[in-house]
Amino acid sequence: MNPPDISLIPLLFASIFTSNILLANFLGMCSFFSISKDMTSSNGLGMAVTFVLFITSGMNWVVYHMVLVPLGLEYLRYIIFIIVIASIVQITEMVIDRVSPKLYITLGIFLPLITVNCAILGVSLFLEIREYTFTQSMVYGLGSGLGWWLAIMLLSAIRKKVEKGPVPAPLKGPGITAITIGFMAMAFIGFGGMLPVQ
Amino acid sequence: MDLATVLVAPAALSAISAALAILISLTDKVVNNYGEVAIDINGGSRSFKVNGGANMLVTLAESGIFIPSACGGRGSCGECKVKVNSDVGPHLPTEIPYLTNEQLEENVRLSCQVKLKGDVEIEIPEYLFKIEQYEGVVERIRDLTHDIKEVYFRLTDGALDFKAGQYGQIEVPPYGKVKEPTQRAYSMSSVPSDTNHVEFLVRLVPGGIVTTYVHEHLQEGKKMKVIAPFGDFYVRDTEAQMICVAGGSGMAPFKSIFYDFVEHGTMDKRDIWYFFGARTKKDLFYLDELNELQEKYERFHFIPALSEPEESDNWEGATGLITEVLDEYLRNTISTETEKEGYLCGSPGMLDACMAVMRERDMAEEKIYFDKFA
Repeated sequence: MNPPDISLIPLLFASIFTSNILLANFLGMCSFFSISKDMTSSNGLGMAVTFVLFITSGMNWVVYHMVLVPLGLEYLRYIIFIIVIASIVQITEMVIDRVSPKLYITLGIFLPLITVNCAILGVSLFLEIREYTFTQSMVYGLGSGLGWWLAIMLLSAIRKKVEKGPVPAPLKGPGITAITIGFMAMAFIGFGGMLPVQ
Repeated sequence: MDLATVLVAPAALSAISAALAILISLTDKVVNNYGEVAIDINGGSRSFKVNGGANMLVTLAESGIFIPSACGGRGSCGECKVKVNSDVGPHLPTEIPYLTNEQLEENVRLSCQVKLKGDVEIEIPEYLFKIEQYEGVVERIRDLTHDIKEVYFRLTDGALDFKAGQYGQIEVPPYGKVKEPTQRAYSMSSVPSDTNHVEFLVRLVPGGIVTTYVHEHLQEGKKMKVIAPFGDFYVRDTEAQMICVAGGSGMAPFKSIFYDFVEHGTMDKRDIWYFFGARTKKDLFYLDELNELQEKYERFHFIPALSEPEESDNWEGATGLITEVLDEYLRNTISTETEKEGYLCGSPGMLDACMAVMRERDMAEEKIYFDKFA
């Protein structure tokens, strides 16, 4: 194994800003679009995604390197990663239901749908392709989660403003949101040269 | 690829899945442990403690209180409404379609969708306390038509007290591909005075879990659970003329109602018009019994109608859709002087159409009672 030569702090910042999972890789868009209408649920979902990303990137690293690689079963990674993610989401769901029933109800269907949030599987696959070490993976997972959270909070704040503006009728809702995301992505890509993460 | 590879992959996959499953069930045990919660019904009329964590419908049923539920807790019938006076969180999207604005305001909930997480105070109609679960043994099962069976149960543990016209839930055990006990609602067709027995008419619905079981697996001597009585489809004690309409196994509550009248000697108290719709002669049943009643009691009128009689049927009775026949009688035959009450039992389509006819002929909406097959 040949881990990329990047220390942890730059990796954390890179995954939050310069290669933001949402705005640079465009992963996890479905809930980004639909939940960002409301700031409280955006915050809750951001938290849940961060938590799930952090845990699953660690767990998937362990499962991949400790089980799949020694047994020569790398080709099973897609299905195994998804199973791990689904279980973690299930657990997160139970915990949120217990700790904050209000948030549980606001998130509604989007909570179980984290399972199929592309950002989560994407991160697990990136850390395998880029051959991160365990610590790097955890940091990358955390960073990506924080990045996702940051992006959805920014978008929901912007949408709040945009709602009050004179949006042309055909662009109302998803239309203007897509344009907004485009502008946000451009701003984030502006950081791109500073901290390349491969 | 050697054998080892073939075996290792599924083994690894199962091992990882099993480990995760254990993790989930452990979390479930720890997180979903709500301990004992207290349920208070109707302001202290009953209160007891149960284990929390499950939904209210199931928990109440375990404590012997049966909230009506035609779908068995899947959230698709909207029957299991309960007024909740404590805070159990906002209404779920699964509940809202079944509740009126008024009910939403009063915090009426579908009990199958509410998870018990803490002490609750609820309100339910008192009559629900009368609903109990009975063990039934099939004493007689026979074909009434090619697709309707009459099933007569003996209740082995106690007597059932119900009003003619009400319904019960039959529970069939798991069979074939059906892995869970399944409940469906059927009207009682026996008379209430026969307290140790109960009878249902079950029409075969292709693909139906309970109807298929009854038609293909149920035999004399077999046991089944019956939960009863439910419903508000019973005769109102007035002098008004009864306009009864039924189709298929919708015969059941009327059989119970008419023979209950006979027993109480009230068959001649008011005019009764009983319209029964079927397609062909082979869909008709209890003809002899009902004609006998008609001959014996002057004020009882039985009008069977066939919508598609076959040549060989030699049918001399009313022909046409039941709505057409009903309309015809309401206009020309049935007295317009006396008040009328409508009693309908059958498929939703038939019911809606008949109700439209009744409204058209100036029958009061609130005096039309019905039992819709869900």
